[in-house]
Amino acid sequence: MFNDTVLKEIEGIKAKYPDRRSALLPSLYIAQREFGWLSREAMTCVARSLNLPEAVVRGTASFYSMYKHKPAGRHVIQLCTNISCMILGAGKLVDFLETRYGVPANGTSGDGRFSLVIMECIGACGTAPAMLVNTDFYDNLSEKRIEEILENYK
Amino acid sequence: MEKVLLKNIDNPNSADIGEYRKAGGYRSLAKALQMQPADIVEEVKKSGIRGRGGAGFPTAMKWNFAMADPKFPKYLICNADEGEPGTFKDRPILEKNPHLLIEGMVISGYALGAEYGYIYLRGEYPAAKDILEGAIEQAYKENFLGDDILGKGVRFRLSVHQGAGAYICGEETALIESIEGKKGQPRTKPPFPVNVGAWSMPTIVNNVETLSNIPYIIEIGGEAYSAIGSSDCPGPKLYCVSGFVENPGVYELPMGTSLRDIIYKHAGGIKDNGKLKAVIPGGISTPVLPADAIDCAMDFVAMPKAGSMLGSGAVIVMDESVCMVRVTYRAMKFFEHESCGKCTPCREGTDWLRKILERIEHGKGREGDINLLSDVAGVMSGRTFCPLGDGAAGVVTGMIKHFRSEFEEHIRDKQCKFRN
Ligand SMILES: Cc1cc2nc3c(=O)[nH]c(=O)nc-3n(C[C@H](O)[C@H](O)[C@H](O)COP(=O)(O)O)c2cc1C
Ligand code: SF4
Ligand code: FES
Repeated sequence: MFNDTVLKEIEGIKAKYPDRRSALLPSLYIAQREFGWLSREAMTCVARSLNLPEAVVRGTASFYSMYKHKPAGRHVIQLCTNISCMILGAGKLVDFLETRYGVPANGTSGDGRFSLVIMECIGACGTAPAMLVNTDFYDNLSEKRIEEILENYK
Repeated sequence: MEKVLLKNIDNPNSADIGEYRKAGGYRSLAKALQMQPADIVEEVKKSGIRGRGGAGFPTAMKWNFAMADPKFPKYLICNADEGEPGTFKDRPILEKNPHLLIEGMVISGYALGAEYGYIYLRGEYPAAKDILEGAIEQAYKENFLGDDILGKGVRFRLSVHQGAGAYICGEETALIESIEGKKGQPRTKPPFPVNVGAWSMPTIVNNVETLSNIPYIIEIGGEAYSAIGSSDCPGPKLYCVSGFVENPGVYELPMGTSLRDIIYKHAGGIKDNGKLKAVIPGGISTPVLPADAIDCAMDFVAMPKAGSMLGSGAVIVMDESVCMVRVTYRAMKFFEHESCGKCTPCREGTDWLRKILERIEHGKGREGDINLLSDVAGVMSGRTFCPLGDGAAGVVTGMIKHFRSEFEEHIRDKQCKFRN
């Protein structure tokens, strides 16, 4: 079960809505932060703290692409390949990440350092191509710039 | 034109309440709280503003529907899902001018009799979440939010609800499902959210940019506002330009600025003196326009006549190096991935279209594939539960209409010859 601090945090979220189920999405984010990904155990904790059936929690979580349903690498790279990024070379960057860091699209590198998630538009089309590393934003990407950036994520 | 939405954003501390107030911020709220709610709605009506979320629905009309419903509490939800690929116009407001949005929401909440507000923020904007939450905290401290706003006995409580990566949650009924902690699948309309919305109560959903216009409407009055831009859909508009232009970015211009001026006058023309091939004018759900069709006014009324839509005002510019088949294929991969699965024409149709487009792009296209694409798109069109499926079909139909020969070349030559 979640520790008391986390339970209190979830209580605070529940208070923002007229109905406890509305706290489900935020609570799933918390579970993901606590467990690293949404394991069965993580989702059970969410179900218990919101008093919801586990099937409801799992079914809802499966709909949304930002919840991790398997363990991820230490750093998660979310690279946009939608049209504005694609026409400015995002596809080549996907290949580069695989050859240089051994991280395949929507997979994790053998050393567990990086996971790569192929994203739809992340709202940086004017400075494409763009990515998030964990929650940090980077744009105007090139192979060289990616190398420099990823130096900071060991 | 004086900047309204992007006012002050070059100031590195523009998101701070002190800076916002120095620039005149929260004065419209003080003014609004001296007015009767009905008079505020009247000003919004006179302004002629239409919603900036994509559909261009008249804001005052939506508000009147919600106000006519006797049920309370009412909820005001700001749609900050900004998921339409190519769109990055709400982001500068959220990150650089959050108090403008908050002020707009408090005024709107007061006018509507809504005491609770939520900002449904896409999960992909983690920086905006921190900035908004910081700004909300400041606004509570200075009594612009809370249970007795500016000592006038007005209540408005506001919080951020973070989405989790589903484009369909930008559709207002799916958004409401999502805020209720469910899968984001659209609801049957009617009943409309203005009558039966979040937690079954009257709910007003408006886009970030729409709500951020409200303080200015109160400041200068609806009539003066209605003189900006196109007469049948007035106001300032954020256009976001990406792709092969010299100066991509977000431009605040009078509504109805021509697509040609947006590209050549404001965004600096085609990158590296390239030649324009095509423009997607309003985000990837809107039909493509060929290079010779850009002399059109970018507003909600004129664009349908020009063969496309204003959508989110996301202008994606493509030069001759760009392959239209690849663009269509990538767009369809997006729609297939984002289809919520509720209705068959969209769930199956996007999958079929993507498969056909994929084989054409990869040199495995078959004789008759172009007609097959048109057939599938034709069957989907008008038969999907929400506009996502319709949009997906329209993208294919528009591409084939203007760039059929490129599809034919791919099939005939069994390869793609383009660089991008
Ligand atoms: C598939 C789909 C996605 C949408 N995405 C958004 C969005 O990201 N942001 C938005 O404001 N409106 C979006 N809309 C439009 C909303 O349903 C709704 O019309 C809008 O938020 C109303 O606000 P407005 O009246 O201020 O324009 C979307 C609609 C559809 C069908
Ligand atoms: S059109 Fe697509 S997204 Fe809309 S309800 Fe049908 S399946 Fe869902
Ligand atoms: S298309 Fe890549 S950030 Fe918008």
